[in-house]
Amino acid sequence: MSRIAVLKGGRSLERQVSLKSGARVEEALRRLGHEVTPIDVDVDLVSRLSAAAPEAAFVALHGRDGEDGTVQELLEAMGIAYTGSRVSSCIRASDKVLAKHAMRDAGIPTPDFFAFSETAFKGLGIAQAVPAITAHLSFPLVVKPASQGSALGIKFASSPANVPGALLAAFSYDRKVLLERYVDGRELAISILEQGGEPAALPIVEAVPEQEDFYDFESRYEIGRTRFVCPAQLDPELAARATAIALESFQLLGCSGFARVDLMLDGSDDELYVLEVNPIPGLTETSLLPQAADAAGIGFDRLIELILAAALPS
Amino acid sequence: MTAPGPRPPRSAAHEIERYAALFADRTKVMKSSAMRDLMALTAREDVISFSGGLPDTSTFPPGFFTEIMSRVASESCAKALQYGPTEGLEGVRERISEVMAAEGMDVDPASILPTSGGQQAIDLVCKILVNPGDVVIAEAPTYPGAVPTFCSYEADVIQITMDRDGMRIDELRKVLAKLDSEGRRPKFIYTIPNFHNPGGVTMSLERRHELIAIAAERELLIFEDNPYGLLRYEGEPLPTLYSLDNDFVIYTGTFSKILSAGVRIGWLVAPPPVRAKLVLGKGSADLCSSSISQYFISEYFASVAWQDYVRSLSELYRRRRDVMLDALAEHLPREATWTHPEGGLFVWATLPDYIDTTDLLARAIEERVAFVPGRAAYVDGRGGSSMRLNFSGVSEDEIREGIRRLGEVVREQVALYSTLSGELTTPPAAAPTRKPAAPAPPTARSGAAKRPQAGADAHAAPAGQREVTNVLPLTRKRAG
Repeated sequence: MSRIAVLKGGRSLERQVSLKSGARVEEALRRLGHEVTPIDVDVDLVSRLSAAAPEAAFVALHGRDGEDGTVQELLEAMGIAYTGSRVSSCIRASDKVLAKHAMRDAGIPTPDFFAFSETAFKGLGIAQAVPAITAHLSFPLVVKPASQGSALGIKFASSPANVPGALLAAFSYDRKVLLERYVDGRELAISILEQGGEPAALPIVEAVPEQEDFYDFESRYEIGRTRFVCPAQLDPELAARATAIALESFQLLGCSGFARVDLMLDGSDDELYVLEVNPIPGLTETSLLPQAADAAGIGFDRLIELILAAALPS
Repeated sequence: MTAPGPRPPRSAAHEIERYAALFADRTKVMKSSAMRDLMALTAREDVISFSGGLPDTSTFPPGFFTEIMSRVASESCAKALQYGPTEGLEGVRERISEVMAAEGMDVDPASILPTSGGQQAIDLVCKILVNPGDVVIAEAPTYPGAVPTFCSYEADVIQITMDRDGMRIDELRKVLAKLDSEGRRPKFIYTIPNFHNPGGVTMSLERRHELIAIAAERELLIFEDNPYGLLRYEGEPLPTLYSLDNDFVIYTGTFSKILSAGVRIGWLVAPPPVRAKLVLGKGSADLCSSSISQYFISEYFASVAWQDYVRSLSELYRRRRDVMLDALAEHLPREATWTHPEGGLFVWATLPDYIDTTDLLARAIEERVAFVPGRAAYVDGRGGSSMRLNFSGVSEDEIREGIRRLGEVVREQVALYSTLSGELTTPPAAAPTRKPAAPAPPTARSGAAKRPQAGADAHAAPAGQREVTNVLPLTRKRAG
């Protein structure tokens, strides 16, 4: 039995999801016999952590501060062991631009993209280069904030006239945005879980929107709005290739404990593309990592136990 | 014998499948209220939130509340703690008839059905009238709280544009003619004629007569929602639709805005056959509305001149409205327009069509100010560049500061859009400061000189015509 602080909530836009993830984690940890201190992360985080003096922190935060290395940096400074990826991996993975550059350099397929900051648009007149960018990426293209973990702020632009509006929306969430080639195809999510120090891929989940144009942020966490197929019905060779790419991405970014790699399978040529690596994927009832673990015969409590075991000093 | 321990969780996949199979078809069209997760952040203490629809209950003297409840306890304890009739307590129905009389309606207390808030009134009307696929007509925008109710009964909602005189009757006629040609007939026309939520406009007398004439001619039901009618800050009261013709009008009112939203008591008045079904519907929904609340209301009305309290609320809200209108004129850029409500709780502001107010909310929360994105008031994705601003639940100082923050965010967006479009422009200045808003009809709105469209005409260009951006929320995004 250990004293575990569960960090949840916080001020990110994914606060509600994090509260759900955190609540489930707390229940599981209690069932596993641990002494649990839930902490809704706020300005008093340091004092609450000091008071709780946990042996480890289970980081069930999503989005800004929780997933981008900030809280991890604090836990390092306070000498508290924590679940999931280390500071530098969180920084790399949560910033889609850094992650995609790393993947592209390493030869991991990711959709072509260009990324610019708000100040670059303002100071360098980047807007003048948009025709060249869109000529390279072709329409429709996807515009997304660099760091937002959820679907908030992600827009399609179907023609040049749509690009400024899409950029404006994405800039509402981050000061850096990327324009990315749109891959039309199937959505796959591969969760990675470390067991005994070795990362292993869990069965692939395919997310199938129940209704066209219906798959937005609101529906993501609601039962019955999206159908999840696990294991995804894929040709074995293709599944093996997707799994290998996911593991390679996990290792490239230096992730630890667990993560979820999101990919697109291009419907036209069966090419696979990594969209992003989520260092702290959702742990709610409808989240994909618990579903994938379940399909591998790993119940939720066991999943939490494994994630915690990877964090606790041996 | 030891108590059983906590049940181990079932497998996630199993749980999801099990529930998914259990849910009724109607849940597939139930939409969670717009951007619920984002909206949850607006409750943060450091955020000045214009997103509520809240009356200011802090004006009710706590000592008076204690006094009323003491009397309820000493005189009607057992009855207040007991079930009551589905049709409501007689005393409350009499009080409701008194409130309706204050708006010029002569109603027999026996024909009134108290409900658990106005929200239940909307739910009950849908429950007894709407089959899946039935047409319901509403205004565009419409009350955001009615949208999930209509959707949960699987209504086919058709929204009619408003202008400064309220629902556009010419458009309504066209829609009705089109429905005729398809052999369809709307179950009812839902309208908020006074100080529309969220539109902030009031239906003109001429339109009221036209609407009633259409209803009579076609034998259609009008569902009149009038929560704010007594909260008028300028101009002369207009007759309710019910008072013009009660044959084809279902009327709903509420104590939420003139006394307390916490008592959860509203009411319905409907033609007798409709009322009979409504009573059955209510019986199956909750047997009766809270007896404690009904006794509270009866005692309250017996102890005080209730209209004095409504007058004091009106005065308070009028000042807040004026502060908000002044602040909007001072801080919002020229490209923005907004309504000038003669009463009620809300201003409806519309920004340039390239700004999506749902995304804007994310940035606004960063600057510690919040509002309701306009899309919440539509069933069809319109309203993307509008927002609802509540002034009744926010202090004058907070309104000034909140609108200043909002103005900053909006101006920044306008400037950024110019940059992103490749236009080399200087940041837009706020519109010139104008004099404090004096009560004025919408046609001569204070400070509207350079913005003749700033009134309800914001609605005259339906968002449906503003699809120039065609920026759609991404439909294919990771789950998880």
